[in-house]
Amino acid sequence: MAEMRLLKKGAEAELYLTDWMGLQAVLKRRIKKGYRNPDLDSYVRGSRTSNEAKLLSEARRLGVPTPVVYSVDKRNCEILMSYIGAPPLKQFVGDMDPEGLALTFTRVGEMVGRLHKGGIVHGDLTTSNIIPYSGLLYLIDFGLGEHTSDVESRGVDIHLMRRALESSHHEVSSAAYLSFIEGYRRIMGTLSEPVLKRVDAIRRRGRYVDVERRKGA
Amino acid sequence: MNSVQYILGIESTAHTFGCGIASSTGRILSNVKSEYVPASGGIHPREASQHHASKAATTVSEALKEAGLRLSEITAVAFSAGPGLGPCLRTGATVARTISLLRKCPLVPVNHCIAHIEIGRLATGEDDPLVVYVSGGNTIISAYSGGKYRVFGETLDIALGNCLDTFARHLGLPHPGVPKLEQLADEGRKFIPLPYVVKGQDVSYSGLLTMASRLAGGCDRRDLSLSLLEVAYGMVAEVAERAIAHTEKSALLLTGGVARSKRLQRALSFVCSDHSARFHVVPPDLAGDNGGMIAWTGYLALKEGMTVPVEYSYVNPNWRLDEVDVPWRR
Repeated sequence: MAEMRLLKKGAEAELYLTDWMGLQAVLKRRIKKGYRNPDLDSYVRGSRTSNEAKLLSEARRLGVPTPVVYSVDKRNCEILMSYIGAPPLKQFVGDMDPEGLALTFTRVGEMVGRLHKGGIVHGDLTTSNIIPYSGLLYLIDFGLGEHTSDVESRGVDIHLMRRALESSHHEVSSAAYLSFIEGYRRIMGTLSEPVLKRVDAIRRRGRYVDVERRKGA
Repeated sequence: MNSVQYILGIESTAHTFGCGIASSTGRILSNVKSEYVPASGGIHPREASQHHASKAATTVSEALKEAGLRLSEITAVAFSAGPGLGPCLRTGATVARTISLLRKCPLVPVNHCIAHIEIGRLATGEDDPLVVYVSGGNTIISAYSGGKYRVFGETLDIALGNCLDTFARHLGLPHPGVPKLEQLADEGRKFIPLPYVVKGQDVSYSGLLTMASRLAGGCDRRDLSLSLLEVAYGMVAEVAERAIAHTEKSALLLTGGVARSKRLQRALSFVCSDHSARFHVVPPDLAGDNGGMIAWTGYLALKEGMTVPVEYSYVNPNWRLDEVDVPWRR
C-alpha cells in the first residue's frame, strides 16, 4: 500500500493523498458514523460510494470535469481517484470582481446544464464542491447524486445551489445566481423553463415564505 | 432608582399560550404556560386560538404573580409575531397590544424561531453556536453571519416533530407522543429500512412518515419506532455535521421542543465530539414554546429600538428566520 497522508477530514469522509501507479491520487473513505444505527450506516455509506463512483465517470463523459476514478472498494466505502490540487471555489468568491463573478457562475450554470441535460442531478451543489483548477471548473462529491431527468429533481438541485449561495455568499448571491441561470439556460435551452419555474415553486413550497415570494416575485 | 427593566413576553404560535417575564439582567423571572391538547388528531387552529383567548388573562396574571411584579412595573411587552398559525398569533398579539395600550409601554414584535435561538444562547452561555432548532413546526440548521441568522439546512416538507407526533398518533400513543415513541424505540431490536432523504443540506420527512405509517400494521412497533427515530435523527445529525464542517463553528446548540429527546442529544453529541465542538442543549423547561424566550428576545430587540406602533403591529404567519435583522449580535 502506498503512503497515505490525511488531506482533509470532511463531514462525511476522510480524504488521503496517496499515489496510484506513480500518479498523485486521493483516497476518499466514507467513515462510520457513531450517531447512526450500524445497519443504516453501512447502507448509506455503501450506496453513496458506488453511486458517487458511477456518477463521477458519467459526468465526465458529459463534458463536466471531475476527478478520474481509479478504483472503488465498496466494502470499505473507498474511492481512489485523481488529485485536484487546489482549494474550492468557496474561497475565491469573496475576492472576485463583478466580471469575474459573472463569468465564473455562468460557467457553473453551463456545467450544471450539461449534467442535467445528460440525465444526472448532483444533489449537493455548493461552492465547496466546485474546484477551479488549470482553467477548468471541477465538480466533486456526487454521493447524493441521482440518475434522473425529472423536472422536480432538477429543480431541487438548483434550489439547493441558490440556498447555498444565500447562506455562504449572501453579499453576492443574487448576482451569482443570475449568472448561474444565464449559463444554465444557454445549455438547457427550452428545457430550462419548466425547471426554473419549478425552482420558484419549490421555494414557495418551503416553510414560511412571505407573501411577495409566494406570488412568485 | 431601579435601572433593571422587566419585559413581559407573550407566546402563542401554536399549541401553547405562554407568558413569561425576563429581566434586563438576563433572568427569566417567570414562565407560565397553558397548552391546548386536541381531543383527537392534530392541532385545529381555531380551537387552539379559542383556548388561548380563554387562558390569556389567568396566564398573564400568574406570570406577574410568580415574578412578584405588578403590571405597572413592566417596561415593555413582546409578542410572537410569527411564524405560526394565524388565528393563534392574532390572539397573542391582541393580548400584547391590550397590555401595551393599557400600560402605555412599547410593543416589541419577536420572531418565534429567533427566540428559540436566543433563549438557548442565554441559558447555555454559548455566544456563537451552530443552531439545530427542531420542534413540531420547524427543522432548521442555522448560524449567525453578517447581521442575520442564516439557514444552512431545513426541511423541504414537514418538520421533524410533526413527523414523530403524527406517527405516534398513528400508533395510537396518547399525547405527548414523542416520549412514548422513544420508550418503544428503546425496546426495539431490528432495524427496518425506511427512506433516508438528505438533499444537499436539507432533509425531507414526508416520505419517511408515509412509509412508516404503511408498515405500522405488519411490523413490530418497537422495531418500527426504533427505525423511524434512527432515520429521522440520523438525517438531522448528518446535515448538522455538514453544517458544522462548513461553518467551522466551535459549538452546537440544540434547541426547540424536540431538543428534549435523549436519543437526538446522543446523536448530536457524537457529531460534536467528532468535530471537537462543544455541545449544548437548551434546558428542558425552555425547550418547548414559552413566553420567557419571547420576553428575553423582546428585551434584545427593545435595546435596538425595534418597537412597533400598535396600529402597525401585524402578525406574519410566514415570517422566515433569515429575514430578520439581529443587530444585537453585531
